[in-house]
Amino acid sequence: MAAVPDPMIPIPYRIQTVQRETDDTFTLTLTAASSEQIAPFQAGQFNMLYIFGVGEVPISISGDPSTPEKLVHTTRAVGTVTQAMQKLKPGNVIGIRGPFGSHWPLEEARGNDVVVIAGGIGLAPLRPVLYTLVKYRERFGKVVLLYGSRTPEDILFRRELEKWRQRFDMEVYITVDRATGNWRGNVGVVTKLIPRAPFDPYSCVAMVCGPEIMMYYSVLSLRDQGVPTESIYISMERNMKCAIGFCGHCQYGPAFICKDGPVFRFDQVEHLFNKREI
Amino acid sequence: MVIIEPQGLSALFDALKQKGYQLIGPRVVDQAIIYDEIGSPEDLPVGWTDEQDAGVYRLRKREDARYFGYVVGPQSWKKFLHLPILKLWEAQRDGPSFEIIPNDEPVPKMAFIGVRSCELQAIAIQDRIFLQGDFVDPHYRSRRENIFIVAVNCTEPGGTCFCASMDTGPRAQSGYDLAITELYDAERHVFLVEAGSPAGETLLEQLPHRPATEADIQQAHQLLEQAGKKMGRQLETEGLKDLLYDNLEHPHWQKIAERCLSCANCTMVCPTCFCTTVEDVTDLTGETAMRIRKWDSCFTSDFSYIHGGSIRASTYSRYRQWMTHKLASWHDQFGTSGCVGCGRCITWCPVGIDITEEARFIRENPVT
Repeated sequence: MAAVPDPMIPIPYRIQTVQRETDDTFTLTLTAASSEQIAPFQAGQFNMLYIFGVGEVPISISGDPSTPEKLVHTTRAVGTVTQAMQKLKPGNVIGIRGPFGSHWPLEEARGNDVVVIAGGIGLAPLRPVLYTLVKYRERFGKVVLLYGSRTPEDILFRRELEKWRQRFDMEVYITVDRATGNWRGNVGVVTKLIPRAPFDPYSCVAMVCGPEIMMYYSVLSLRDQGVPTESIYISMERNMKCAIGFCGHCQYGPAFICKDGPVFRFDQVEHLFNKREI
Repeated sequence: MVIIEPQGLSALFDALKQKGYQLIGPRVVDQAIIYDEIGSPEDLPVGWTDEQDAGVYRLRKREDARYFGYVVGPQSWKKFLHLPILKLWEAQRDGPSFEIIPNDEPVPKMAFIGVRSCELQAIAIQDRIFLQGDFVDPHYRSRRENIFIVAVNCTEPGGTCFCASMDTGPRAQSGYDLAITELYDAERHVFLVEAGSPAGETLLEQLPHRPATEADIQQAHQLLEQAGKKMGRQLETEGLKDLLYDNLEHPHWQKIAERCLSCANCTMVCPTCFCTTVEDVTDLTGETAMRIRKWDSCFTSDFSYIHGGSIRASTYSRYRQWMTHKLASWHDQFGTSGCVGCGRCITWCPVGIDITEEARFIRENPVT
């Protein structure tokens, strides 16, 4: 009998850096600890991260797809595993399985305007998109990033946002739910930025990631601008134990978020989106 | 097709044992017929039958001495192929790192004795999940590749059976090595046996047998024909998928939830339910960690937990998830229904919720 590779066995990766982003979010940079490596990833995919003896969690990849050997994950410390992860030091080894799931439609976006809308930590799975847009800038029309965070202190990837904002070929709008300190920028939900954003609704691709309620209102607002539903993509989140369609936890109607998602064209899930407790 | 006498069963068991198979079959334990290791035909539930209805399961003595005069009990063959508890791997700490040691414990060769048609279909459904998708479960595969299946055709369906509706029985169609029909009347007690695989054929040649006559085959045919008409339950499947998708917000889900205890029994007894969770454990020294996979159920609140709370906090949403998965979304996921009509979820529901009744109610009272 030919041996079947066991998709449940993690590959060891060594932590190179642990970078604090905000009070409760941090970024891990990892490289393979042995000759074994996971396959290259596409923007929007995720990995399962295992901490010895603690557990395993799905985390989106927030790094640059053109340098897949350097694996980057940004997450919030909200559960047992992510809290243990926050305490890890460079040199520690964790287990990686992946990459899993569908990806953002960067191919479909070619030649079109691109609107990236992120809420909170939802910016992490979209950062690989932004890296790609910047790297191959000439392939796309207008590029717009709309980012909303709870407070100015919760803003992720500040230095990169600043760099992108300074570019003349990119529009970056940031808003906060609650202004604190000496914040002089926008205040309000991210959807309020949509009508002001300069893009062609009839030839654009919108990629939206954040809390479901934020994604829902973003979709409504994008449609108000005339963006067809087929041009809108969202990324979903559900409980996951295996990431390979076996554990059943991530089911969303007929879809397994782990393999049919996490990125969906909105019309694929529209019929389920506003139903309670699906 | 051939006829073997009841003593032929002993020869069959011996031949399987000689080939290195562990025999797994029905036996009476704690007033229920369960699947367990057996040694000889005497271990089978000879002369027993099971009375089943919504929330009801009772063993009764039969008037005759049939070997397979019952239908299905609380267990299914799932527990031997998709283990209820499985160590996926072990990890050994090594300073700041660790080493993963895969679980490659040897897998027994098992012969399943008395697999019903609905159960063959259930195994075929789990094959689609664990063997025929983008990923293969090596643990399921190694067990699945080492089984020999002796199927038994159902001539007396039970009170909660509805395989005829699901087109999954009562006659074993495929997926077996040998299929037996028990022929019993005033004159005789014999088994009509047919081989479904080369392995089955080889084995059959070793058993004392005589060729089946046209009358034997006719008798079996008639028994199965009649059995198809004696199902305790019935489920109309025409358009069922769309019906359920269109009625995700039907008020009836709330009515079911008034009875449903969210106990997960239906998912544990279901031969196709495949959901699992994982547990990470360490020994006392913290040097060895283990990852264990266990059956899980969409009826628990942990099942859909993501930071902040459970997606399916209410009972109605969990029952809706389970039933629409079985009868609707399963088709989209695996190209088949997730229900084989075995009736276990009806029998073993402590409050007698009946999937066929609930589907019928929604069909007769759609909101859309």
